[in-house]
Amino acid sequence: MSEKHIDEISGVSTTGHEWDGIRELDNPMPRWWVWTFYATIVWAIGYTIAYPAWPLISSATPGLLGFSSRVEIQKELAAANDAKAQYVASIGTKTIEEIQADDTLRTFATAAGAAAFKVNCVQCHGSGAEGSKGFPNLNDDDWLWGGKITDIQQTIAHGIRFDADPDTRISEMPAFKDILQPEQISAVSSYAASLMGFPADQAKLDDGKKLFAENCASCHGEDGKGMTDVGAPNLTDAISLLVHSEADIESQVRSPKHGVMPAWQGRLGETTVKELATYVYSLGGGR
Amino acid sequence: MLDSSEVERLEVSAVNSAHVRRPLYAKRVKIFPKRTEGRFRSFKWIVMAVTLGIYYLVPWLRWDRGPYAPDQAVLVDLANRRFYFFFIEIWPQEFYFVAGLLVMAGFGLFLITSSVGRAWCGYTCPQTVWVDLFIAVERFVEGDRNARMKLDQGSWTAGKISKRVLKHTIWLLIAVATGGAWIFYFADAPTLFLDLFKGQAAAVAYITVAVLTATTYVFGGLMREQVCTYMCPWPRIQAAMLDENSLTVTYNDWRGEPRSRHAKKAAATGQQVGDCVDCNACVAVCPMGIDIRDGQQLECITCALCIDACDSVMDKVGKERGLISYATLADYNRNMALATAGGTQPISPELVYDDDKKIKPQFVHFRLRELFRPRTLIYFAAWCAVGLFIIYGLLTRDRLEVNVLHDRNPQFVRLSDGSIRNGFTVKLLNMIPEPRTVTVTLQGLKGAQMTVVGLDLPEDRAFAVEVEPDKLKTIKVYVRQPAENISEPTQNFNFVVEDKSSFETDQYTATFEAPGAGK
Repeated sequence: MSEKHIDEISGVSTTGHEWDGIRELDNPMPRWWVWTFYATIVWAIGYTIAYPAWPLISSATPGLLGFSSRVEIQKELAAANDAKAQYVASIGTKTIEEIQADDTLRTFATAAGAAAFKVNCVQCHGSGAEGSKGFPNLNDDDWLWGGKITDIQQTIAHGIRFDADPDTRISEMPAFKDILQPEQISAVSSYAASLMGFPADQAKLDDGKKLFAENCASCHGEDGKGMTDVGAPNLTDAISLLVHSEADIESQVRSPKHGVMPAWQGRLGETTVKELATYVYSLGGGR
Repeated sequence: MLDSSEVERLEVSAVNSAHVRRPLYAKRVKIFPKRTEGRFRSFKWIVMAVTLGIYYLVPWLRWDRGPYAPDQAVLVDLANRRFYFFFIEIWPQEFYFVAGLLVMAGFGLFLITSSVGRAWCGYTCPQTVWVDLFIAVERFVEGDRNARMKLDQGSWTAGKISKRVLKHTIWLLIAVATGGAWIFYFADAPTLFLDLFKGQAAAVAYITVAVLTATTYVFGGLMREQVCTYMCPWPRIQAAMLDENSLTVTYNDWRGEPRSRHAKKAAATGQQVGDCVDCNACVAVCPMGIDIRDGQQLECITCALCIDACDSVMDKVGKERGLISYATLADYNRNMALATAGGTQPISPELVYDDDKKIKPQFVHFRLRELFRPRTLIYFAAWCAVGLFIIYGLLTRDRLEVNVLHDRNPQFVRLSDGSIRNGFTVKLLNMIPEPRTVTVTLQGLKGAQMTVVGLDLPEDRAFAVEVEPDKLKTIKVYVRQPAENISEPTQNFNFVVEDKSSFETDQYTATFEAPGAGK
């Protein structure tokens, strides 16, 4: 229970509470202060009328101003799309080489391609386009089907071994278990391993080289450097998609695995494919 | 039967009984400050002219920075995130210079308050300056104190209405000019000025002007001392900043008391009276409406107008000036002890005055050396140290910078010839308003070469890159190192940037990542 206490110096009564001998003066508040307080109440009521506020069963009062954060975001998105429209239109009409030559368009297409890549491509190629076994790394300079920007565009547009697209890139390495004897397969695999820089059985190399020239050179080339027209990999470089040992090579020669990539032109449209190609080309390995 | 004393007395009282009833809210008491003249009033006019002049005119000063930067001397360019102050340009990451200024402002306030008290409140606080201006307008339109009081109490005649309309119109014009001047610090002043009148300025400009017009009008015209007394934290903070050696506006009651309006009559009857003639001039001129003779108080902003008012009265009655004066608590206590013979008797004028009616020399008013104390010197040293630090920072700061981000995914790429490539995002900061050609060079990393995306040049160890004036340029750089040169999974190397014409240079130590051993 507080007791009445008058401060000696100011003659003002205190609130009656005491903290270590310190008392609080109980001066009256200025009148305008209370009016300010009433003004905030009036403002708050007005605010709840003007803006969405009171909860109803399944929604809320919409407010007289009709404000809605959903409408706002839609407006912002529409404005962003409007701002993009001219670039998207030029990308649609220009060839990919022309886009590449135009600084602004290339920058825009690279950013748009990066966004489309994150949605459609990362599932196989990885979020940094770094790939994994059987899924090519798009950062490096080794291209099964060609690393020119038009080659990349063609691959994205029509896919690889994608039956639904008549223009898809097709090639198929035969299953040599039906063509060669097991020891022949072993010999040619040793030779391929030597090309690829893996430890190889030296005794088999001469036979292997002969068999390679007869059976493999038509696609992989006599020097084993591959042929991008038919998607035949270069066996002499430091990058390999599927094989990382002599045993892998033997398995691949006996009954090869073939990767499939869908055609994207039908699903994403030509403009997005151009953007994706521009992005992939920008990753540093394009030729 | 119980005796009356045995009935339990309940601790309860009526909620509206006289002794618990007190007003919760107080009406503002109108204050009609009287005009005064004197040293401090003159000084306040000068301070007002200087501070208002700076505030209203600075945005219109021009400063030539060449064709690539605005020519406004002081400009806070929020849209482009640049701050211009005459020959200094600050980028957002250099905000520590502004932070340094704020630290200086803090130490400056400590220094000023501990030495000369609430000088900020009394002379330079915008609230004080604008209230002073608004009161001057009021006095110009409605007359001095007595005329204003009469007008206020009078009925609403045409004359009163026209005076009030005129006063509020001038107040509002000042308020609009005040709100208007503020926005010129944030955009090119002449352009914005025209746009404002053509209705083409941004909505935020009009809103800012409206808000500042409202605050200036309400705080300066209507609320005045209420802002200082109820809204401002500084009157509370100052209690912690002042000490017994700080100057405050002081009523020297050791020579003023006992106050009397009838000094001659008192002298005739042999009564001792002090210098205070109880004319209330000090109360009438006070813009805060207080009586300084009640002692130091929270409301006093130390504007010193009461000193001027009292000095002119002392001149008239032929007494020494300084009955109200700037004095430290220490001096006041010494003087008080002398005037009361160590507190053994009431204040006695005969102890204060010698036979020539002069104040005895042992009474101390103000000594300049009181300003030089360890406390104020430490504040001053700290203030200078921060200032010198800022100047040193400004003189030695880089105007050409490079920042480098290593690609996170993939961290490295093996190329078909077995060499390893790392991708970097290199940011070149050209922090002067002139275009520059910046050479980016690889330093270290044996055998490595790089390419810059978009430049269409063959691999090299150095590239020249054009950077626009006052802009950051981001380039994508691929660095390739042949397999035979790769010694460690991580190697440090430098990106060195140089402006060959000014010889400014900066570098960034980056890391080259390669597959680890056994991979």
